[in-house]
Amino acid sequence: MSDTVDNSRRKFLSSAAIVGSVTIAPGILLNQVANAKPAAEPVTNKVRWGILIDTNKCSKGCTSCVDACNEEHALTPIHGPETDTQYIRKVTLKEKTTGHEHSLPLMCQHCETAPCVDVCPTGASFKRADGIVLVDKHICIGCRYCMMACPYKARSFIHEVIKDQTVHTPRGKGCVESCTMCVHRVDDDKDPACVEACNKENHNAMLFGDINDPKSKISKELKKHGGKQIRADLGLNTGVRYQGL
Amino acid sequence: MKKIEYTTIKGKSLPFFALLGGLGFIILLGLLSTWHMEHSGHWVTGMTNQIVWGMPHVFAIFLIVAASGALNVASIASVFNKKLYEPLARLSALLALALLAGGLVVLLLDLGRPDRLIVAITYYNFKSIFAWNIILYSGFFAIVGVYIWTMMDHGVYKFKRIAGISAFIWRLVLTTGTGSIFGFLVARSAYDAAIMAPMFIIMSFSFGLAVFILVLLASYNWTERELGDVIVNRLRNLLGVFVAAVMYFVIVFHLTNLYATQHHDVESFFLLDGGIFTNLFWFGQIFAGSLIPLALIYAPGVKNCRKSLATACLLVILGGMIQLYIILIGGQAYPLEIFPGYEVSSTFFDGVINTYTPSIYEIALGVSGVALSMAIVVFAVRALKFLPTSLADSVADPHA
Repeated sequence: MSDTVDNSRRKFLSSAAIVGSVTIAPGILLNQVANAKPAAEPVTNKVRWGILIDTNKCSKGCTSCVDACNEEHALTPIHGPETDTQYIRKVTLKEKTTGHEHSLPLMCQHCETAPCVDVCPTGASFKRADGIVLVDKHICIGCRYCMMACPYKARSFIHEVIKDQTVHTPRGKGCVESCTMCVHRVDDDKDPACVEACNKENHNAMLFGDINDPKSKISKELKKHGGKQIRADLGLNTGVRYQGL
Repeated sequence: MKKIEYTTIKGKSLPFFALLGGLGFIILLGLLSTWHMEHSGHWVTGMTNQIVWGMPHVFAIFLIVAASGALNVASIASVFNKKLYEPLARLSALLALALLAGGLVVLLLDLGRPDRLIVAITYYNFKSIFAWNIILYSGFFAIVGVYIWTMMDHGVYKFKRIAGISAFIWRLVLTTGTGSIFGFLVARSAYDAAIMAPMFIIMSFSFGLAVFILVLLASYNWTERELGDVIVNRLRNLLGVFVAAVMYFVIVFHLTNLYATQHHDVESFFLLDGGIFTNLFWFGQIFAGSLIPLALIYAPGVKNCRKSLATACLLVILGGMIQLYIILIGGQAYPLEIFPGYEVSSTFFDGVINTYTPSIYEIALGVSGVALSMAIVVFAVRALKFLPTSLADSVADPHA
């Protein structure tokens, strides 16, 4: 009987374990990080998608988030700024007393108790379980009461026939629309187009993630430095938060 | 007081058909305007992403508010047992239905997707006051329809009082709903006030009665039926009280706002430096729409003057339209206060006073709603017995 140990089986098993871990781990880990749902599963309220915007990092002249949004959703100028759709816009704020200026992107704030959802007579304005506020284009009757009710002026009415639409953003004349938080990208584990564009410019003023998950980057940042809601007095618990205001 | 006899109007004369033809022509223009707006999209109107509700809504809400007010005359008879108003009750209820129909048609035809009416009446979000209003408006048609039936059919006459009371309560709830469309808009400085609901109720009393008196004067004048001073003067005094009551509510609304510092900006916009809206408020709503009518109603020497009463009614209607224009358009023209304490600018008209120029299509649609209401009244008084043959003092005055 030989004292030598045959290590080949151990080596094989440890190699298999390493290969297995490397193959499976990212799936498990990423799933934990992003909490993304498989396509066949319904949306869950365990997740609350949100965006944190740092106005100190937002460059005044930069419109890359707006440009990316317009490109993503095929929003093109048609009959002028008064009737054209804007999902996201850059707003310049000047403090009345100090003259201090801020620049920030403003879009649908994806409120938890959204006034647009409350006032919509048919239920076309609705909130997904994961907090994303959307318009069901099949049952929107175009009454525009949601536009009257939105405290952020985040909604646009489609004033004309729309050509060259994208598959993921159907847009019909006579309906109301607004920022979808790029729900088609989010469901595909990607950041919204505005966030991606801001990061690409290296401004990193926008952070997207699950604010229900205490381990997510956005939750940690919110816990550490806080994040203000616009018109917090209305008590809407917005999904979009701001730092630096 | 003698037994009241009701008859249909003859409706064979040239002026009768000219009136119907004229109203039909206006309705046709309204339909053509709708076709144009719906075919091209709303960019052809004056409405934008800033002023989302425009002239059609001013007309529609006026008609809807006036509709519930027009029912008052019938309510005074059935609910409060005032015999003098009894002969007017049928016309009052008819006018209420006609005005509501006109208003709702305008509201419907201005929707982005009027073809989806079936969606609006099959999908309800019960947290929406708009959805409640759809139910309240439909219910109003049913209840007032039954009320008219109990007034006209002796077989069901015993149910008249209960139908009248139901209609009265329903109309109060309905106008509360209409006022709350604005009262519930918490984010807009010009709205967000609980007083909107009762103010709309008192506005309906005034506007509805003004329309009722005009229709009454016109129908008795054009059909050469007798209309005594007792009824007319009673209605005249009632209108005066209602016009004054609307002014009271307007004063309380603004005083309450003026007390809160956060509302000073929006109040100064409406009362001092809002350009067209300030002028419309002082010269249109207050002077022409309230003070002059009060003078025309109460001034010594005009007691039995029908012309002064008719002018007062026209001015109350004009003032009412102006009041709704200020509430609707002015309320949207004043910028949303998204960032209190900051000066705001953007590519989306943040922080600026929004402008609005109504298009001819919107005005045509609105006017066609008025024409539709009037056409329904003309058709109904020709087809059914709504009008007393005589309202001479000897017939109508319970003390005669």
